[in-house]
Amino acid sequence: MINLETPRKFRAFVNQAHQVAAEMLRPNSRRYDLAEHEYPVELDMLAAMVDGLGASGTGSGAGASGVRRSASDSASGDEVVNGSNLSSVLSIMEMCWGDVGLLLSMPRQGLGNSAIASVASEEQLRRFDGVWAAMAITEPDCGSDSANIQTTAWLDGDDYVLNGEKIFVTAGGRCDAVVVWATLDKTLGRAAIKSFVVMKDTPGMTVERLENKLGIRASDTATIRFENCRVPRENLLGTADIDQGFAGVMQTFDNTRPLVAAMAVGCARASLELTRDLLAEAGVHVDYDRAVHLQPAAAATYLAMEADWEAAYLLTLQAAWMADNARPNSLQASMAKAKAGRTANDITLRCVELTGSLGYSEHELLEKWSRDSKILDIFEGTQQIQQLIVARRLLGKTSAELK
Amino acid sequence: MSLQEKTRGRRDAIGVGVALLNKLARSRAIDRFGLRKPAERAVFEATKTGFRTAGALSRRFSAATKLTGLSEPSRLPAAKGTGRFDLTPTEDQQMMVDVVRSFASDVLRPAAAAADTRCATEAKVLESSAELGLSLIEVPEQLGGIVTERSAMTGVLVAEALAYGDMGQAVACLAPSAVSTAISLWGDETQQATYLPAFTGQTVPAAALALVEPRPVFDPFVLRTRYTGGLLNGVKSLVPRGAEAELFVIGAQTDAGPRLFVVEADHPGVVIEAEPSMGLRAASLSRVILTDVPAVPLGSVDDYAECVRLSRLGWCALALGTARAVLDYVTPYVNSREAFGEPISHRQSVAFMVANIGIELEGMKLVTYRAGSRAAQGLSFAREAALARRLCTEKGMQIGTDGVQLLGGHGFVKEHPVERWYRDLRAIGVMEGAVLV
Repeated sequence: MINLETPRKFRAFVNQAHQVAAEMLRPNSRRYDLAEHEYPVELDMLAAMVDGLGASGTGSGAGASGVRRSASDSASGDEVVNGSNLSSVLSIMEMCWGDVGLLLSMPRQGLGNSAIASVASEEQLRRFDGVWAAMAITEPDCGSDSANIQTTAWLDGDDYVLNGEKIFVTAGGRCDAVVVWATLDKTLGRAAIKSFVVMKDTPGMTVERLENKLGIRASDTATIRFENCRVPRENLLGTADIDQGFAGVMQTFDNTRPLVAAMAVGCARASLELTRDLLAEAGVHVDYDRAVHLQPAAAATYLAMEADWEAAYLLTLQAAWMADNARPNSLQASMAKAKAGRTANDITLRCVELTGSLGYSEHELLEKWSRDSKILDIFEGTQQIQQLIVARRLLGKTSAELK
Repeated sequence: MSLQEKTRGRRDAIGVGVALLNKLARSRAIDRFGLRKPAERAVFEATKTGFRTAGALSRRFSAATKLTGLSEPSRLPAAKGTGRFDLTPTEDQQMMVDVVRSFASDVLRPAAAAADTRCATEAKVLESSAELGLSLIEVPEQLGGIVTERSAMTGVLVAEALAYGDMGQAVACLAPSAVSTAISLWGDETQQATYLPAFTGQTVPAAALALVEPRPVFDPFVLRTRYTGGLLNGVKSLVPRGAEAELFVIGAQTDAGPRLFVVEADHPGVVIEAEPSMGLRAASLSRVILTDVPAVPLGSVDDYAECVRLSRLGWCALALGTARAVLDYVTPYVNSREAFGEPISHRQSVAFMVANIGIELEGMKLVTYRAGSRAAQGLSFAREAALARRLCTEKGMQIGTDGVQLLGGHGFVKEHPVERWYRDLRAIGVMEGAVLV
């Protein structure tokens, strides 16, 4: 039966996440935006609480780690499943309504954890339990064309030896480990790209510097260098078999793109809600029934933004729901990421315009949210990459045909 | 002086010359080919402009004996939710959609171009759509319908599937069910007993739900059609199949606010004028002019608001079907059309337009489904319906215009259906009433 409401069984959990966002993240939002690179100590306590919720079973998938598609999670028979992918995006939406930068700094909830959850073996899953893992893909000369990465990993005895430089590693300074994409053989192209879990204390791995950024300043973004960094061969995620190809590492994106879409949805909702309140104080009210062109321009703009937001929100839920029900969701994940990324950026910027100096000044968080939102249309696959993926799927084109 | 003449500004000497030349050129072009008479007749026949007629002869609507026993109106209960997020239609819905979908592709799509030109949907198409039971979807079993609970969601799925074939004919087919749905949802026991049997019987009467009035920035919550002393006066616009309709449900202002009224068409105060428009031509759009027409209120002021919302949802659903038709049509086209030695789909400027059609269409669909599902479950849906309307108006039209753009000059000519979809999709955001889910 078609129903697009928050599942009944997740309502208490979503409310819990909202309370955390309202009482813990929001009050610290401005502080860590101004004090970039300062460690948000509040998050340690919060992370412990999230771990506790996970262990007690009440908070399935509180963050990025809850995206594994296990057999028990997936649809068995006719029953439709509402599982951890859906609860993860719902909880991330709430947390990012609080603060995107702080959510990205949540210990043990990094995007590297999503990668581990997506492709690790059972043994690796156990071994890396409780590890806070960041994700390292981008290089100075390689961004969207992630098949072209230059970081190498060659097998030497029982170790892989990593050499290369990774940039834009979210939580790269604070994490316990980094999931690194590296190629086993540059001449073999994308099929030879594998991901490796590298623990922070591994010799040969250095965090070189932290970026100063437009937004999500509460989250650290690191440059990491690998020089003859020896990683145990059992830290290669998934299979070392080159025939298995690029699909293995790319599979992570089907799970993580809805999460980033959820961040955008949460951030945009924060802007919409505050803007609506400020407009109401100024005497501008949104009427859902009256003809839109008879309402004040600000109200009409608001309606258009909210409509786009609703689409982004539901596309994100759809992508997660499909993952929960073991349906291929690459297309829908990219659709959600494309729509949510551009919508959040557009909404947060227009909200600043609508609220004038209140929105533009640091009195409110609206200007911050419109700085934070920009990255959401860039990382985990830019707007243009998402459109490329969607176009290839719809048109049945290979990456060689539609470049 | 017409409004156009007034706004054009004063003509100077050259302007007068050009205007004369224009007239001359036009008449010569026609006369040279001896086409003046046939051309005029062709225009008249094709658009039926200028026809003005009395309301259709009505059958006798009288309270059916088997139903008069009811002492209160029959109301459908809200659909019971499962509490799970789910995008799967029920088995019943899927069955209904499958049938309607093949009707749309086997019957509506092949007949679309001709119906558009003729400004009418063929009688046999209308008959077979009635056989599908389109007007029974919202009528309780107890009253001869087929459902036992609110089925706005089913209505959305059906309208979407029909419009995939052709929006104009879909509106023509759905027009009577808007009336049966309104009477089923808001009619009292006498109205239900009087009118519904006709819609559940062998021959479904033509009927229409008329809300739109002809003026800029029309707002269905402030109507100029007025109800005073039991009589309706005013003008309704873009009414599907107005000339054939035997029964109207009409929105009119009362002192308490706008409400719905039931009007039987054969009153001398009902005059129908053809109103051929940009698109939806197969729906035979008309104006309905009401002068001192006796009418009976249907439902309350709140019911009227719900009617506006449900009707907007219906238009969203129609937009989904037509927009999907655009996507499915342009996809093979841009793959097979070659320029610069390769399919044009190998260019990002083309491919990204297709991607965005796909992305926005999927968003429109989910937002519309959420509103429909909330309506069926008896939850508030004013917000969701408004957002769906905003989205479908804006993105639906974008998809329509991109559809033509992707075919280039070929999209502009009538060998391809995209120009018709472009015209039809402009109706979203303009239309109110006419369909109901």
